[in-house]
Formats: sequence, structure tokens, C-alpha cells
Amino acid sequence: MFQAVRGVGAMFLGLQWRLGHMFLFLLNAASLCFIPPFKFKLFVRRIRFFGTRSMVVVIITGAFTGMVLALQVYYSLRKVGSEALLGPLVALSLIRELGPVLSALMITGRAGSALTAEIGIMRISEQIDALFSMALNPLRYLVVPNLVAAVLVFPLLAAIFDIVGIYGGYLVAVKMLGMSEGTYFSQMDHMVEWSDVLMGLYKSLSFGVIVSWICCYKGYHADKSGFGAEGVSKATTDAVVTSSVMILIWDYFLGSVLL
Amino acid sequence: MIDVVNIAKSFGDQQVLQGVNLSIRDGELMAIIGRSGGGKSVLLKTITGLLKPDAGSVIIDGIDVTRARGRDLLDVRQKIGVLFQGGALFDSLSAFENVAFPLEECTKIGKAEIYKRVIMALEDVGLINIEHKYPSEMSGGMRKRVALARVLVSEPKVVFFDEPTTGLDPILLHTTHLLIRQAQKKHGFTGIIISHDIPEIFEIVDRIAFLHKGAIRAVGTPEEMLSTNDQLVWGFLSGHVDDPDNILCEKDSQICRFRTQGRQL
Repeated sequence: MFQAVRGVGAMFLGLQWRLGHMFLFLLNAASLCFIPPFKFKLFVRRIRFFGTRSMVVVIITGAFTGMVLALQVYYSLRKVGSEALLGPLVALSLIRELGPVLSALMITGRAGSALTAEIGIMRISEQIDALFSMALNPLRYLVVPNLVAAVLVFPLLAAIFDIVGIYGGYLVAVKMLGMSEGTYFSQMDHMVEWSDVLMGLYKSLSFGVIVSWICCYKGYHADKSGFGAEGVSKATTDAVVTSSVMILIWDYFLGSVLL
Repeated sequence: MIDVVNIAKSFGDQQVLQGVNLSIRDGELMAIIGRSGGGKSVLLKTITGLLKPDAGSVIIDGIDVTRARGRDLLDVRQKIGVLFQGGALFDSLSAFENVAFPLEECTKIGKAEIYKRVIMALEDVGLINIEHKYPSEMSGGMRKRVALARVLVSEPKVVFFDEPTTGLDPILLHTTHLLIRQAQKKHGFTGIIISHDIPEIFEIVDRIAFLHKGAIRAVGTPEEMLSTNDQLVWGFLSGHVDDPDNILCEKDSQICRFRTQGRQL
């Protein structure tokens, strides 16, 4: 009995320590975002890394999400004779929920995993130690550019996801199911409000922080996940799983607060 | 002057360093030798500030690096250069960019002067026309030499070498040792080399420290070490093992005894 209580206590303290450690990591990196010198060139490279390279996967996912959504919602609405609401429903679902969440999940899979592996390899090949030994702060070079780039890129990719999704829905609703173009778009103008767009924006901004934070943290401490390549592999898996779960959990809480 | 005072470091239950005391004089080249897994790299990382010791202090130029904060710590770290075992070159940067990196990031030197210094540093380690090569396009020996150029380009007062010749063939090993000695004579830095190259390392260093079971067992010049009466030190230098647990086979033991009879390495 005593052993079990001690085990639970140790687990709780360990979790508390890890969370504190992660939070301090974010705090250190966030404070460096406002202290010069700023690494503009690195920041531009990370925008390309997160943004340009994730564009294709976000466009494909966005298009098919919009198409599936239109198809399913259309058949549900037809049962109650409200097909005219299809356009606004597709748009609202994408802008408020699916756009930020699915694009963040896609970027996590495409760029987040690569980011953790990259920093993890730098850790095990002593490149991070080399930065430290040159009297430089590795966070400024490895974490800050990613954090800032992710905060900028996540909302932009979510916006692209939304637009492509809405046109994917248009393709199914208008071209395949024979709905009129006017009906699909006209209600959208009235029903999608600025607050809905802002909600999507807040979500994708926070997902940008969550994904870059977790992926950088896991890569930066890849040597604690295990030895050598195994450590990097475990850190990468951990980063993708933790980021994905955190996106969904945070989405619910932020959604409840902003609703 | 570097003073390592009573440094202790453990990882979980494993006590790696248990009270290391060592003094390194200004401008000398010292080798730290010892068995694999004996804590040499941990000692090096502790001295350079990459690991925090459980106890003890490391004083470089009058500043305790284990306790220094802010400006003091930065000042000490700017005087230090570390050549890592694998070179630790940045994969995404070319040879030129790697060597220029510490100058661009830590100094206010102009581009033309940086270019001149980088080319000179690469030439000093025997590398010409490789500025545009990336680490993935270089051999192990080239990577080590570029890394050496990166360390030396910022002219540090103290340079730490973590097994600089691991994985090199005998010719490159000899060349690297000569490069280190020449660079030390040219720049006058204090050097600490972690090495397994016995007896080759004896040719270039001023003194040798033997780390055994987490503490310094013996310190002396190469001549002093070769004439030591300490059976353990001599056994290590000659490859002879007294501890029966460490004998791989009876044949190895016989060879070792044979080799040590003539007191030659």
C-alpha cells in the first residue's frame, strides 16, 4: 500500500517537473523573441520549412475535407429540406473548426516531425553543444525562428485550407449535386461573421505555438529520450503524438471559452 | 591557468567522477588518458561548462565556471574552444560558413576580414578549395580539420580536444597531432586533449594526467609517466592488465607481460 502511494506520488512529481521544465523552455524562447539580435535569415528559412513545404499537403487535405463535408451535410440537410444552408455550414465548420485543426495536424505530421528529428540529430551529434561552447544561446538559433515562423504560418495555412475547402465543397454541391451557385454562396455571406474568422485565427495561432514548442522541446532533449538514433526516433514519435493530442484538447478548451 | 578542484559527478547511482583535482598551466598542452568509460569526456564536459558538477569547482582565469552567471560566464566561454569528437559541424552550413560562424556571431569583424581569416584558418589545417563543400560531402578527416579550423579561427585562450583522432587512419592521426602542436605553438593556447592514442600522444603533449576510477591517479611529463613505478599506470600504458576481470584471454595476458618486460611502448 505504502509502495503504491509512493509510486503515484513519484509519478505525479515527475509529471509536474516535466511540465515545469517544458514551460520554462517556452518562457526562455518566448523572451528571446523580443531581445536582439534577431535572426531574420533563419526566420525566413523556417517560414519556407513550415509554410511552403506544407502547402501541397494542406491544399489536398483542404480540398477533400470540403468535398466530404459538402457530401455528408447535403444528404443530412436534404432530409429536413434545408439544402440551402449547405454553403454556410461547410464554411462555418471549416473556418471555426476543421481548417485550424486539420491544417495544424497536417503541419505537425509534415514539418513538426522533421523539426524534432533535425534538432534531435543536432543534439546527438553535439552541434547544440558546439553552439553552447561558442558562448551562443542555442535557443536563439534553433527554437526562436521556429516559434515565430509557426505563429505566422499556421494561420496562413489554415486560411488556405478554408478557402480550398469551401471551393471543394462548391465542386461537390454545385457541379456534382446540381445545387445552384448562388444558393451555395449567398447564405455564406450572411451567416459567417467576423467573430467566426477570429475564432479560427486564435486557434491556429495557438496551435502554431503548441506545435513548435513541443516539437522543439522534444528534439532539444532527444538525448533524454534514449541513446542515439533510438532517442531521436522516440523523441519524434513523442513530439507528433503529444502535439496532435494537445491540438485536439486545446481546441476543445479554446472553443468552449470563445463560443 | 585552469584549476579543477574536487569535481564530483554522478548519473543516477553511477558515480563517474569522485573528487578530480587537476591544475593546467598557461600555454601547456595536457593529455588526459584513461580507460574507456572512465569519465574522461564527462570531465571535459564539466570543465567546459556543458555539464554541471555535483560538487567542486573549475576555475578558469580566476572565474569559477560552475557558479558564474551572466557576463562573467559569457566572458569565460568566449575564451574557450572545444573540438568535439565527431567535429560537430553544422550540417546545413558549408565549410566556409561553419568556420566563419563564430566570427559572424560573436564578433563585429567586417566581411572582408572574416573571409581572410577563414581562408587562412582552413589553409593552416591543410585545406584548400573546400570552402563550398558541405559536411556530408567531406571525409571524416576533412570534417575534423574543418572543425579544428572553426575552433582556432576565433583564437581562444583555452582549447579542449575530445578524442580528436577517433576513426582516423595512422597517417591522418599523426597529421592531426602535428596540426594541434603547430597550432598550439602559433596561437599559444592552453590545450587539454582527451586521447587514447598511446604512445603517439606522448610526442606532442607537455604533461599527461591519468584518470582512473573517477579520480586523477598520476600526472607527469611523458618521461615521468614512462618511468613510473605505479603498476596500474604502467599496466594501462603498456596494455597490460593486472585485474583478472579485465583479461580477455590467457593469450592476451601473456602478450602483455612479454611487451612490458622491455619497458617499451
